[in-house]
Amino acid sequence: MDFTHQFVQQLINGVSLGSIYALIALGYTMIYGIIKLINFAHGDIYMVGAYIGFFAVTRAEMSIVPALLVSMVVTGLLGMLVERLAYKPLRHAPRISILITAIGVSFFLEYASMYFVTPTPRTFPNVIDNIAYNIGPFVVNGQQMMIMGITLILMVILTYIVQKTKLGKAMRAASFDVETAQLMGINADRVISYTFCIGSALAAAAGVLVGVYYNSIDPLMGIMPGLKAFVAAVLGGIGILPGAVTGGIILGVIEAMVSGFLSSTFRDAAAFGILILVLLFKPSGLLGKNRREKV
Amino acid sequence: MFFKKKAMRLASAVLGIAMLGSVFAGCGDEAASSDDIKVGANFELTGNQANYGTACMEGLKLAVKEANEAGGINGKKITIIEADTKSEAAESVNAATKLISDDKVVAIVGPAVTANVIAESDVATQNKVPIVAPAATNPNVTVKDGELKPFVFRSCFIDPQQGTVMAQFAARDLKAKTAVMYIDSSSDYSKSLGKVFKETFEANGGKVVMEEAFLAKDQDFKAALTKIKTANADVIFVPCYYEEAGKIVKQAREMGISCPLLGTDGWDDPKVADIAGADALNNTFFSTHYFDQDAEAQSFIETFKKEYGHAPNVFAALGYDCGKLLIDALKRASSLDGDAIRQAIEATKDLQVATAKITMDPSNHNPIKEAVIIENKDGKYELKAKIAPEK
Repeated sequence: MDFTHQFVQQLINGVSLGSIYALIALGYTMIYGIIKLINFAHGDIYMVGAYIGFFAVTRAEMSIVPALLVSMVVTGLLGMLVERLAYKPLRHAPRISILITAIGVSFFLEYASMYFVTPTPRTFPNVIDNIAYNIGPFVVNGQQMMIMGITLILMVILTYIVQKTKLGKAMRAASFDVETAQLMGINADRVISYTFCIGSALAAAAGVLVGVYYNSIDPLMGIMPGLKAFVAAVLGGIGILPGAVTGGIILGVIEAMVSGFLSSTFRDAAAFGILILVLLFKPSGLLGKNRREKV
Repeated sequence: MFFKKKAMRLASAVLGIAMLGSVFAGCGDEAASSDDIKVGANFELTGNQANYGTACMEGLKLAVKEANEAGGINGKKITIIEADTKSEAAESVNAATKLISDDKVVAIVGPAVTANVIAESDVATQNKVPIVAPAATNPNVTVKDGELKPFVFRSCFIDPQQGTVMAQFAARDLKAKTAVMYIDSSSDYSKSLGKVFKETFEANGGKVVMEEAFLAKDQDFKAALTKIKTANADVIFVPCYYEEAGKIVKQAREMGISCPLLGTDGWDDPKVADIAGADALNNTFFSTHYFDQDAEAQSFIETFKKEYGHAPNVFAALGYDCGKLLIDALKRASSLDGDAIRQAIEATKDLQVATAKITMDPSNHNPIKEAVIIENKDGKYELKAKIAPEK
């Protein structure tokens, strides 16, 4: 395989991996945008989403699209519940308290799941045929295309909600200043609650897609993708929606390129090295500008 | 001076009698209060290694249950005291300390993972309580700086044996000239196997042309596999645990890598086939502890299925073996003293356990046990070879 060939193949690998990071990063960034909380439990919400999708497929014998929707709805409600029980009582507490609570919620979700579903990894049944398409010398398979496709659709829907609906307007207002938004008659609690719902639903979608694509889920699967998505969100500029997507895709591509052309040993070092560089030289992220509209 | 000496003698005699008395008293008390022999089971019950620890625990419990139903140890029943290492080395030490000082166990079985056993071994040595590790294959489990740890044993083979076996198999049977190693850089197990494989493979005239690494719990391996594909090697050696093994095989085949993939005992789990699919697994080989269609293993597999409702994986089999080894030693031990149990374990000879017939080597506390090589063929295991360790 020559250089260009390998380069394009790694680009395909990177974009499909990056789409997953992007979906998770969106939830991080939305929640940060409104209540300035780095929700460390977000990776575990993604894990719960994967399990709900798994049980929808295996126990309720649904096909993939209904299972994806069920998982998104249930996980969205779980996200609202977590916010209501764990974060809302701390709304006016110092930010460090709510951050520590987020870590607590993360452990709670991990180990509660481990108790209920056992630590043994589960394998997703083959819900869609995985045909490998050889486009010239490149290999793209059906599942990779499905991941990129669903990610794209969800992002279009999200953009519509944020830009065109009343809820989106309220979310954007709350992200500027929660208190001022409240003075303007916006029910901030409800907006925050919906934000958790949407963010969690996106994470659930990512969880189900990962389960289908990589065929294996376990209660601790959310830790690493959660951290990587956090890096992606910071890379793109935390609090900015297009930034999360850009950051996710860039991170996925960088990981693939580092593995392909340097050494896979350096892959995670590169991912977290980027976090350090961004924080040093452009703390607001690639798309971060002070006057930029945030959600 | 003379007087002093006499006084000392008198004092020590009095003290001696008193101690003797207390020993008898102790015996009487023990017989009255409990008939049970307490054995500690220190395993990874929670945390990211819990799937190994819980499987070992199931096997151990089955071995103990069978022994108790068959009359126990000279009429006494064995009770298992469970402890959780939480998949952390420091917690493993705490749990072992608690088992020894609070629960007064006579011996400890576990943990499953090498690092946790190594952490706990100093506590065992200090307190003269024997530990037997069911699945820790790293050589450093039973020795430290070239010296044997007197109270630490294992009931499985060691990594160099597996690495050697697979490298020889690749070079001689598969006639491979070039190999790629794809190693889990977060695991000592994977790294030490890689080292031995490389040495043996190159000593047999082969060449390792590329070394790549991943981390446990990774989901995506395609980037590295795309690169590995360019090396066009005859075989790819992937020593790792089953979850990653399944994903790597699946993704390697999706990327169009068709050469034989070689693995180690971490691959020995039905989950590999679940994750990768039977077709992708064709043309893969791994070394492991036993062949599950061997006649000797059948009674274990049947009883296990009856007890738990699912088939045992290799960790369950090793946990069971470990229980068998300890129970056999307890039966032969002259007393329940740490030294007596240690000597009894060292004298283990031709003991039939679920996976093989084992004899303990007193010089290194490793059992002399053959490794098997298994080929995955259309979703089934096929025995390729049984190889005894080289002396």
